Amino acid sequence: MTNAITMPLAVGASLQEKETKRSAHEMFVETAKKTSEDTAESRAAREAELAMKIRRRREQITGLVQTTVPAFLGFALFILAWQFLSQINSQIPSPAKVWMAAVKLFSDPFYSKGPNDQGIGWNILSSLKRVGIGFGLAALVGIPLGFMIGRFTFLDRMTAPIIAILRPVSPLAWLPIGLLVFKAANPAAIWVIFICSIWPMIINTAVGVQRIPQDYLNVARVLNLSEWKVFTKILFPAVLPYMLTGVKLSIGVAWLVIVAAEMLTGGVGIGFWLWDEWNNLVVEHIIVAIFVIGIVGLLLEQLLTRIAARFEFNEKA
Amino acid sequence: MNHSFHLVVDNVEKRFDTKQGEFLAIRDVNLRVNRGEFVALIGHSGCGKSTLLNLLAGLSTPTGGVLVCAGREVKGPGPDRGVVFQNHSLLPWLTCFQNVHLAVERVFAGKESKAQLKERTENALKLVGLSHAIHKHPNEISGGMKQRVGIARALAIEPAVLLLDEPFGALDALTRAHLQDELLRIVAETKSTVVMVTHDVDEAVLLSDRIVMMTNGPAATIGEILEVKLARPRDRLALAEDVEYHHYRKAVVEFLYSKHKKAA
Ligand SMILES: Nc1ncnc2c1ncn2[C@@H]1O[C@H](COP(=O)(O)OP(=O)(O)OP(=O)(O)O)[C@@H](O)[C@H]1O
Ligand SMILES: [Mg+2]
Repeated sequence: MTNAITMPLAVGASLQEKETKRSAHEMFVETAKKTSEDTAESRAAREAELAMKIRRRREQITGLVQTTVPAFLGFALFILAWQFLSQINSQIPSPAKVWMAAVKLFSDPFYSKGPNDQGIGWNILSSLKRVGIGFGLAALVGIPLGFMIGRFTFLDRMTAPIIAILRPVSPLAWLPIGLLVFKAANPAAIWVIFICSIWPMIINTAVGVQRIPQDYLNVARVLNLSEWKVFTKILFPAVLPYMLTGVKLSIGVAWLVIVAAEMLTGGVGIGFWLWDEWNNLVVEHIIVAIFVIGIVGLLLEQLLTRIAARFEFNEKA
Repeated sequence: MNHSFHLVVDNVEKRFDTKQGEFLAIRDVNLRVNRGEFVALIGHSGCGKSTLLNLLAGLSTPTGGVLVCAGREVKGPGPDRGVVFQNHSLLPWLTCFQNVHLAVERVFAGKESKAQLKERTENALKLVGLSHAIHKHPNEISGGMKQRVGIARALAIEPAVLLLDEPFGALDALTRAHLQDELLRIVAETKSTVVMVTHDVDEAVLLSDRIVMMTNGPAATIGEILEVKLARPRDRLALAEDVEYHHYRKAVVEFLYSKHKKAA
């Protein structure tokens, strides 16, 4: 922290020894005065430029400080509150204790001692794999379905009530159906991911198709473009940003659901591991798991935001 | 072949369903356009010029009457009628080149090689003075440039009928003059039939064989049709001092600003 604040001064000092303590503005005034005395105009210009540079640098750094300081402060308060809680309730491990546990866990993330005792890395990976399969299947079904619902009003009206009813159903309500049909825990968990993450993709894709500006479709109509061309040159690019929003929401839902599903189905996975640690009453591991789930979820979302940003186009200009 | 009109608009009426109920935009519109004729549609904003043009393009259907193009009833749009939209309507995810190429490909793909298609596209963009911006996206170019890409897209497919909705509206006077001259040259060459919506009296007189003047909406219709019998090719410099030219100009101005003054 202190480093960040003293840095601009340090930069100033290395650039111009004598004028360290003065503000950039004073220096600017100073250089202006010098111009009238100094015959070497170039020198004055150089100094003015230098003053500008320092000022700009200082603005940059204050900008950075303005965004990071509150974040740090938030974190510090959070840790403090946690520390306080752990002191009044001895069952809650302190931040330091959790940190130690996390360091230990991540020092050997990929060990494997039988099916019920595997490193945290394996647990994360198998959860990601389940999410990948369930979410991938949902995308495979949901996106084309969304396109069709968006394109054909009849289909929209046909499916709207079903979607409206099924969408708000809790993930766990789907699990028995999965267990019943697949007679195994793993496919049932994937099924739950599938059914819960499909809705945002269907809905967003359909909305995207419905919101394509009439102007674009008029172009297609005037040129009499083939259905394939309409799809590749107009529908798909126009819908892509909406679709990616759906995908982003879906992956969030999928990651949210996997923990709950794994808690019930067991096996290897971060959700199951969390539940296992609860049974072992290793509370610091539960907290580590919570952070891991949060961070992985954040990374997934960041990844998709990056991808989506690539496909953004500027509609207005 | 006996004489037949290229475009026929017969007793056309267009109503829109709006939240406030039905809105009668245009009614009793009758117009016959000869092959190779240049017709300007002029009228105050909101009178229904775009509505009529969209009907001719086949983008919307009339609620009464019929429209005929080349002897066949207009049932929908087609590449025989090139359209320049009022708001340019470029696809933002395609470059200028790709926007024009999409049209060129649709019309000439079976008949010409890839290189020829590319050449056609480049020529169309060159014609509107955009060779330097060929690989830019619409959001990277000015409003006038976008409009020019729209014009290039319509011209590139060499349509028998050109439907232009204020194609030069967003352009500065110099570019506008240049493109007007280009349009005259192209039309003389291709012998296209042109219907062009405009707000600009000079533009209407300079370019057209007939000026169709519309009354104010709602329930707008054709007020007067003025035949412009100026010899072609027309030269804007010579016309500036032409008595006849000013006579036509005055007629249109009178229609717009005294007979059918727009209620403020
Ligand atoms: N889709 C629509 N739904 C309802 N009303 C419409 C629709 N399209 C046009 N109108 C109405 O019809 C009238 C004529 O519109 P139009 O766009 O044809 O005018 P215009 O003469 O082209 O005007 P401008 O010169 O400003 O482009 C307007 O009053 C407009 O509000
Ligand atoms: Mg209009």
